Order: sequence, then C-alpha cells, then structure tokens
Amino acid sequence: MRLIESRTTFVLTYTALAILLLITLFPIALLVLNSLKPATQIVQSPLAWPEVYRWDNFVRAWNDARFGTTMLNSAMLAALTIVLVCSTGSLTAYVLARRKIKSWKIVTFYLLATTTAPIQLFLFPLYFGFAKLGLINNVFAVSLIYTAIYSPFAVMLLRTYFLAVPKELEEAALIDGATHWQVFSKVMLPIVSPGILTVALIIGLYSWNEFLIATTFLQRTDRLTAVVSFFLLSGQYTSDWGEIMAAALIIVLPVIVLFIALQRRFIEGMAGGSVKG
Amino acid sequence: MHRLYLIPTLLINVAIIFIPAALTIALAFCRWDGMGIPVFVGLANFRQLLADRVFWMALGNNVIWTAIFLTVPIAMGLLAATMMLVARRGSAFFQVIYFLPMVIATAITARVWQGMIYSPLTGIAGLITRAGFPVPNPLTQTSTALYGIAVVDLWHWWGFLCVIFFAALRQVPQEQIEAARIEGASFWQMLRYVLLPGIRPTITLMMIMTIIWSFLVFDFVYILTQGGPAFSSEVLSTLAYRSAFYDLAVGKAAAVAVVISLFGLATTAVYIRLQAKEFDQ
Repeated sequence: MRLIESRTTFVLTYTALAILLLITLFPIALLVLNSLKPATQIVQSPLAWPEVYRWDNFVRAWNDARFGTTMLNSAMLAALTIVLVCSTGSLTAYVLARRKIKSWKIVTFYLLATTTAPIQLFLFPLYFGFAKLGLINNVFAVSLIYTAIYSPFAVMLLRTYFLAVPKELEEAALIDGATHWQVFSKVMLPIVSPGILTVALIIGLYSWNEFLIATTFLQRTDRLTAVVSFFLLSGQYTSDWGEIMAAALIIVLPVIVLFIALQRRFIEGMAGGSVKG
Repeated sequence: MHRLYLIPTLLINVAIIFIPAALTIALAFCRWDGMGIPVFVGLANFRQLLADRVFWMALGNNVIWTAIFLTVPIAMGLLAATMMLVARRGSAFFQVIYFLPMVIATAITARVWQGMIYSPLTGIAGLITRAGFPVPNPLTQTSTALYGIAVVDLWHWWGFLCVIFFAALRQVPQEQIEAARIEGASFWQMLRYVLLPGIRPTITLMMIMTIIWSFLVFDFVYILTQGGPAFSSEVLSTLAYRSAFYDLAVGKAAAVAVVISLFGLATTAVYIRLQAKEFDQ
C-alpha cells in the first residue's frame, strides 16, 4: 500500500518514528547501562559508559532480593495461574462460542462486566476473608485470585479460536459415536492449541509482573514474588542504584527475550484480546 | 450437560469477585476495622467523603488523569500508527519496540524512571542540574507530582494504543485509500477524511476503556509517590487502599471503591448507548 508519494513526507515520517523509538528505548538503555556500574559512578553521570564492569552487582542483587526463593515463587504462581486459566477458560470459551446454553448472553455479559470492576471493589473483604481462613501467604490462593481476574480476558480470546473451528467437525465426531467430552478434549482442544499457547504466554506475563495483589497477599519474606521483592529492595534496603538496576534486569531480561522471540503471539493476544472483546 | 463446563470459571469468579464485591457494597454503609463486627452507619461514610478534602483532591486527580490519557497517548498512538502505515517498511520492527514497555513490570518501570531519570542525585535530572540548568524532581513537588507519574505511565502505555490503531488502520478498505490518493489528498486530508473515520469504532472503544482504566490507576501512583507529597497525587484507588490497610477504615475504603465503580458503570452505560445508536443507523 502506498499512501503518499512525496519524498519529504517519507523523510519526516521516518524521523518522527525514529524519535519515538529513541524515547521508548532510552529508559531501557539506562536500566541496562547502569546495572553494570558502581554506585559512585552513577552519581557522577547515569549516561556515562561503565569505567569498570561491576558484574558483582548481579550477585549482590540476586542475594539481597533473595531471587533464589522469590523467582521460584513467581514461577510457581505463574505456572499455577496458567494451568487454572487455560483449563477453566477453554471449557467456558467452548460453550460460549457454540452458544450451547441458553444463558450464554448473560454469562458473557457478566464476565465482561467483571473486567471493568476495580480491584478495590473486591479486594478488602477478600483480604480479610482470606486472613480469617489462613490463606494469606498462600501461593495457590493468589493464583485463584489471578484466575478470577484474568479468565474473562482468556475466555474472550479463546472464544474467537473456537468460533473459527467449523461446526461440521464436531458433528462428524458426534455421529461417529464420540461423547461430548471426547469432542471437546480430543477434537476441539488440539485445534485451538495455538490459542491456548497465546493465552498461556500472556497470563504468564501478567502474573509474573503483577504488583497490587502480590504485595497485598504475599507478605512473608519467603513467599514474596520477584517483583515485590525488587520493590522492597529498591525502597528500603539499599540506595545502590547499580544493584537495583541489576535486580531489575534479572527480572526483565527473560521477559524481553521471550517477548522478542514470540512477538506476534504477545502482540496479537494482548492487543486483540482487548479489541475483539 | 454443557452447563457443567461453565462451573469452574463461574465458581472461581463468583467466589473471588462477585461475593466480595457485594460485601464491599454492604461495607460501604458500615464502620469496620477489618476484625470486629461491622456496624451499620447508613450513609455516614459517603457523607464523610463529601466533606473530605483529600477525597475531592483524589477525584480531581482522576479527572485530570482521564483528560491527559484521553488526549496525549491517543493522539501519539494515532499519529505513530498512521506514520507506520506511510512508512510501510520497518513497521513490524517499530511496532515491537513501541510495544516493549508494556511487557515490563510496572514496579520496574517506576523505579527506572524514579532513580535514573527524575532523581536529583542519580538521574538525568541531576545531570542537567549539575550542568547549570536546575531541574527539580517532579515527584517531590506538589504542583508536578501527578504529571511526573503520568509521564511514566504514558511512556509505558502509548505503544499499546499505537499497535491497536495500526492493526485497525490496516483494515481500512484499500479502495478508499486509493481513491483519495488519486484525488490528490494530502497526508492530513487522508488522515482526516479517510483513515480516522475508517477506524472510528476502535477509537471510541479505546476512549471508553481509557476512561474506565483512568479511574483504576494504582500501581504507578502507589510506587512512585504513595499519593504524596501532601496528597497532591492521590487518586481514588490509592486513597481506598490506604484507608483500608493503613488506617483500617474499611467502611470508608469500601465507599471509595463504590464511587470508583460508579464511574466505570456510568462510562459503560454511555458506551452501550453509543453502540445502540450506531446499530440503529
């Protein structure tokens, strides 16, 4: 597609796009650059190239933020949430896509409505209720909260995948004597598996990065998530920005690598889920 | 039979969101410290809010926030998306980079801006100050704290809109663009008369979502300033959070949460109205 012919327009366009690119990359570049510097050099200038590469920033960050434990907590939380969202979400999405129940409209509307509800609308009774039940500092309980919050998004995204499967396929399987459950698990699930993978990636990202719920419900030092432990490290324990940026890089690097490698899935999932909704 | 398939999702959703939300609405009419037995006080919580200076400041900040996010990132996103359409080559690359801030945890984005850019000691602001052009830390001034936070959220957010608008723009019928081009439309005319009308439903939806999200904003405010200094950057969600967990005034927090939800509800109602109108036409 050609919109405009003129050469100046092209030059201007690329200049503007490049400026936006620099604005986007600048803070990330500062993060990477300063994670390698000693605190004293950062105070002189956050822009300067490291005089000495302080790789031990990473070692100290790893130990002070207790990433050995907290990263494991984050990973477990993300894994549990992914399993819960994908299993419950695909069941619901299948039924809603095929309008297999009369009340599908009400259920869809209810799920959409919960996505616009502020977390504060249910946070306080939930916290004090969980406290009574002894569910504070419980990773599984938090993954249930994430599941409730993220599954409407997952259901809406997965629904579009189920919609794309031709009805005849289902009917053929039923005629061949398959049960409803077999149709769902043996015929439908394998076909929509790319959608499930997309949902898994995005739910994993959301729960890895989540802050408000994690900081409220997981407070014991051995139950913190990586992001919350980074937050505490940067807030209280140290003013060594080299170490803080190193800790940030440890959390962000795997995310960025995964994002670059699977960019299409991430972008289509995150942008598509909120548009098609 | 198929009804059973809905049970896991609905069960979790009702237990985590619906029941606690109903309880919150009930608590908004009670006084409760989170431990004892809630005492029914009628509209006292709401009356207290109306007389509370901080509540009005928080509400005002939410309105300012909404105004900023309805204009700046949407304009940036639209402009960049159109430019990507013009540039064609490299649009996939630009798209990935613009989107990148969205995948970084808010806590990390906040700290990078706080320490590496705004800080008068370790940040770019400090560097500029030492070069002889004093730049105060925006987060520590009552007049600028909210805008300082908004800039961070803008940086994190606008690329998402850009990607969504870009996807929508590519769906604009080729013939319309061709026709406008043959007629000799300039860039601005193309944008004004062909592209923007072509993606109007997407823009409307994003504006509605922006309003709803603007009343939910929490992370960046809580991490960067905790609503300070002197409540100058307080928003409703941080006010509710602090009331519940720091002051143990759960009734007041619930009342604030109900107010936030009312704004979301009103916005959703407007959107459904708009949709219905469009449908009639």
